[in-house]
Amino acid sequence: MARLVVLGGGVAGHTTATFAARWLGSEHEVVVVTPNAKWNWIPSNIWVGVGEMKKEEVTFDLAPVYAKAGITYRQAKAVSINPEGGESSDQPFVTIEYTSADKAGQSETIEYDYLVNATGPKLNFGATPGLGEGSQLGEHTVSVCTSDHAVHAFEKLTEAIEKMKAGTRQKILVGTGHGMCTCQGAAFEYIFNIEHELRKAGVRDMADIKWISNESFLGDFGMGGLHLKVGGFVVSSKLFAESLFAERNVEWIIGAHVSKVEEGKVHYELLDGSTGEEEFDFSMLIPPFAGVGLKAYNKAGEDITDTVFAPNGFMKVDANYNAGAYENWKASDWPKTYQNPTYKNMFAAGIAFAPPHIISKPMSSPNGTPINPTPPRTGMPSGIIGKTVAHSVCALIAKGENAHLHEASMAKMGAACVASAGKGVFTGTAAAMTVYPVVPDFEKYPGTGRDTNYTFGEIGLAGHWIKHILHHLFIYKAKLNPGWTLIPE
Amino acid sequence: MSKKKIVAEETNFQKNDAFNLTMIPGAFARKMRTCLIWQFIRFITINIKMIIVVGKSH
Ligand SMILES: Cc1cc2nc3c(=O)[nH]c(=O)nc-3n(C[C@H](O)[C@H](O)[C@H](O)COP(=O)(O)OP(=O)(O)OC[C@H]3O[C@@H](n4cnc5c(N)ncnc54)[C@H](O)[C@@H]3O)c2cc1C
Repeated sequence: MARLVVLGGGVAGHTTATFAARWLGSEHEVVVVTPNAKWNWIPSNIWVGVGEMKKEEVTFDLAPVYAKAGITYRQAKAVSINPEGGESSDQPFVTIEYTSADKAGQSETIEYDYLVNATGPKLNFGATPGLGEGSQLGEHTVSVCTSDHAVHAFEKLTEAIEKMKAGTRQKILVGTGHGMCTCQGAAFEYIFNIEHELRKAGVRDMADIKWISNESFLGDFGMGGLHLKVGGFVVSSKLFAESLFAERNVEWIIGAHVSKVEEGKVHYELLDGSTGEEEFDFSMLIPPFAGVGLKAYNKAGEDITDTVFAPNGFMKVDANYNAGAYENWKASDWPKTYQNPTYKNMFAAGIAFAPPHIISKPMSSPNGTPINPTPPRTGMPSGIIGKTVAHSVCALIAKGENAHLHEASMAKMGAACVASAGKGVFTGTAAAMTVYPVVPDFEKYPGTGRDTNYTFGEIGLAGHWIKHILHHLFIYKAKLNPGWTLIPE
Repeated sequence: MSKKKIVAEETNFQKNDAFNLTMIPGAFARKMRTCLIWQFIRFITINIKMIIVVGKSH
């Protein structure tokens, strides 16, 4: 019997564990270690953050789902990995610390034959003073990265709306809270959902809404932007995004590294080296992401964290980490199997893998401050990578260490992103975007780096319907309801 | 004196220099975004395209 331990029960980890459990059957064991009792469909947190959905609609209990799938569930967080085993045995193991109420703080070790690290991001609030280190909710600003954050964001937004109704003008600032943030898409969705809600509440004219982000141009989205076919033209996402901002009267500050947040004010540095301040009454700033801080030790107990993890805390995989300058970057730098190069029974899936480099053009201010988005690893790539890794682990278990590993490079993978711009069956709209591939391949597609037949975007009610359907479909799938394997990632 | 001709969807151009340099959808483009028949057609088209992209990615 082999044991697969999956760290993290988010989009990638849940996909890996559920497929692996199904394919391996009861002959082998799948263990999931994840700190939360509930699964969260994170993209719908945006709707929780504007009060259009309740927290209960975007979360469900994990325990019954894992019981149904025959998966051993530990409500705990992984602390460290010993890939060579310890003093008494060569069997690799992870050390976990329970987070469930009954065992909180207790430690345990779990031996494994295969390990998948799908621990996603640490929300690195501490990177920017005043962003919310400690409170984990945002100190002066709010966040929508977890369902609890989104509930808190809605409370604060409601207060701002009440003030507007009482005749007090409000400044709303939404975007990224550091020069090295990713996930601009989430902030983009949130700002337009707020704009929509303010119109619905009849107070749009009482609000000044502003975007602040580390993108060097609007519509970069951490992917270096994209080119879309619109009305017979192939246009940059810059024009697409700027058009929406202008239409909705949302101003923007771009190329901004938020260096400090105070009560009602952010300080920022721009790509040209100048600095500025922006006041706000309500602000949602996405924190930068880092690895969750897992440690690794060799058999002698020496710290080998640097061997297993990149400096940003994400796990090293089969990527080319020595690509050098931007001019040398290639699509082939991106990982295919997500296997750790040192310990072949270890994989990383979703946000937890260390990308070879960013996708957008690297930029920094004359003061040397890097201001560029880090690469997004959105839901669809995270799910596909999770399933690919499950395939590989199952093949290794069934056929031995020479088994063929499955591949899913982000340079050969597309992503469908539907950014909601307001909820409502007949009044809602969303920007439905598809990009293929996520990482541009200028050798294959000279010019835009992508296949413009499958890289498109448009705004409308249809996108909103798709977003709504995806919400129900993915929660249905994650609950392992009948036919779940037929729903694509 | 000639009468003012206000085109609602064009007023934002003047609100900000950056707005002035981009494109803003006119009344027809806006209407089509919530026109049920057109959006139903777009719904089918976008879904087909997305399914192809999902297929190419697996
Ligand atoms: C507000 C918001 C909106 C978004 N909207 C979209 C969208 O519309 N479309 C889209 O494609 N993507 C969207 N994304 C991105 C998407 O949510 C992520 O790509 C996806 O969740 C990444 O999956 P993951 O499994 O790598 O990480 P996660 O889903 O974050 O899962 C990581 C899991 O690991 C657990 N964990 C953390 N530390 C440990 C530890 N030490 N040990 C064990 N487990 C641990 C976490 O609790 C979590 O359960 C959005 C993100 C945000 C924040």
